[in-house]
Amino acid sequence: MSAINDVAIITRRQLLLLTRVPEVLIFSTIQPVMFVLLFRFVFGGSISTGQPGGYVQLLMPGIFVQTVAFTLAGTASGLAEDMKKGLIDRFRSLPISQSALVVGRTLGDSLLNIVVLTVMGIAGFVVGWRPSAGLGNVALGFLFLLFFGYALSWVGVLVGLSASDARVVQNVSFIVTFPLTFLSNAFAPTTGMPRILQYFAEWNPVSTMVAACRQLFGLKNKFGATAGSYPSEHPLTTSLIYMVVIMAIFIPLSLRKYRNSLD
Amino acid sequence: MKSVIADQLVKTYDKGRVRALDNLSLDVEEGTVLSVLGPNGAGKTTVVRILTTLLRPDSGSASVAGIDVIKNPEKVREVIGLSGQYAAVDEILTGYDNLVMFGELYHLGKKQAVIRANELLERFALTEAAKRPIKTYSGGMRRRLDLAASLIVKPKVLFLDEPTTGLDPRGRQEMWGVIEELVKGGVTLLLTTQYLEEADQLADEIAVIDTGKVIARGTSDALKKQVGGERLEVVVEQANVAKTLEIVAAVSGNKASLDEGLRLISAPVSTGSAALFEVLKSLDSAGIHALDVGVKRPSLDDVFLSLTGHAAEEKRAENDEKKRGRK
Repeated sequence: MSAINDVAIITRRQLLLLTRVPEVLIFSTIQPVMFVLLFRFVFGGSISTGQPGGYVQLLMPGIFVQTVAFTLAGTASGLAEDMKKGLIDRFRSLPISQSALVVGRTLGDSLLNIVVLTVMGIAGFVVGWRPSAGLGNVALGFLFLLFFGYALSWVGVLVGLSASDARVVQNVSFIVTFPLTFLSNAFAPTTGMPRILQYFAEWNPVSTMVAACRQLFGLKNKFGATAGSYPSEHPLTTSLIYMVVIMAIFIPLSLRKYRNSLD
Repeated sequence: MKSVIADQLVKTYDKGRVRALDNLSLDVEEGTVLSVLGPNGAGKTTVVRILTTLLRPDSGSASVAGIDVIKNPEKVREVIGLSGQYAAVDEILTGYDNLVMFGELYHLGKKQAVIRANELLERFALTEAAKRPIKTYSGGMRRRLDLAASLIVKPKVLFLDEPTTGLDPRGRQEMWGVIEELVKGGVTLLLTTQYLEEADQLADEIAVIDTGKVIARGTSDALKKQVGGERLEVVVEQANVAKTLEIVAAVSGNKASLDEGLRLISAPVSTGSAALFEVLKSLDSAGIHALDVGVKRPSLDDVFLSLTGHAAEEKRAENDEKKRGRK
């Protein structure tokens, strides 16, 4: 029980940090909202989707997934910063549950995602996003997004604990996350890509997540996905498997790294 | 009763190539202060990290307050306080927020944590700054807050890793004042430092370490006797060296030595500034103009020079550790 209490205290710390530096919250919201507006108005007119409601219906799930994917960078750089300042040492020398610090951080980052997704959803609605599915499915879609962000947050824990410098972490995470989100069906059909990239994009977890969200939000997603392959036919199942696999690998690795990070 | 025992600790890095600790043993009697004195890279931080459960030794054993550090790290964490080289507090949060959070993590409960936070802020003269983010604090204030955080549950044994490194003289004085108060209160303290002066001021006993080994141990008086107190130093033109050697020897009452390259004449003295005054007077009446003159207190380098025959050097192990951001 005390472990849960410890995690709660650390999570609260994360939230307290957000209220003390509102810039973090503002900028982590402004960036995705900016993406929504740019993509909606720059590409929206020229990409024909054959979809009622236009490009924005396909775009929103893409941007949602991209945004939660960046949780990886947030978690990683936050932890690397804590390491640098010796905070991790302090926490590790306390009589608290040894995983509380990392678990609390991943939960705190997920709570931040709730806020960001809410704001993005509103921005999307303003520019014409209208999910056609029922409320239950839309809510399920958002739950999926949070779960995906949470899974990636654990990858971020390992990256943050392994890195030598917080700025390096930030850069590395972006270098990894950007191609992953663009080599996908998030913003444009994959059918225009070279064949090898198509193949990659099809199996890319970002694509399956985007496809899963589109499905849950009530779209007939065939946006570039090569019909017939397992991930494009079963995006929900594939995404779920990805998330479970990511967590099954990265939670134990991260916790081990945390406990032994100083040997 | 020994509160801290480290026995034959070995810790290597880079697959054994760098020996950070080389069969290091030390102990601290309950209610006393031991200062671990050594240059950067001697292994000071490594010892502290092992004793505070942050690092496992390759071999050897250690206990704190009678609890085995390797077998029962959780129990050890309940009885220790640690304040590291870098003030490990959340910069964005206020001093008050930090202390309350740590209090809660020590399972004091919100109400008790608040009471304790206010007590500690008061005690360390931080009440006025309590509601300001740490990033607005001076270096000295940060260290005091960090120390306060390590005292939340009145630890049985307190570890301070270079508590004044990087502070300006005023911050250092303030920190010494705070530590002296603690010592008067009877805490068992293990403190590491690079400054002989600091060890001298705060510790009952000093362990000098070099390349992962204790090379000398004793009270500060005993060590100083070994090193030989203050030295009078005079630099003159080449033509005046011979005469100055005589004058310095006369003032000191000991044989004076000469560094020919620097034209630096020096000799041990026990009267400090009086000797300085005397030597200036004698030089003046002999018509000798001194280029530089001063009384030098024994530094860590002097301790090292006399104990090891070599100057204190930075060693790789601990620097590597810093690079990896592990402190």
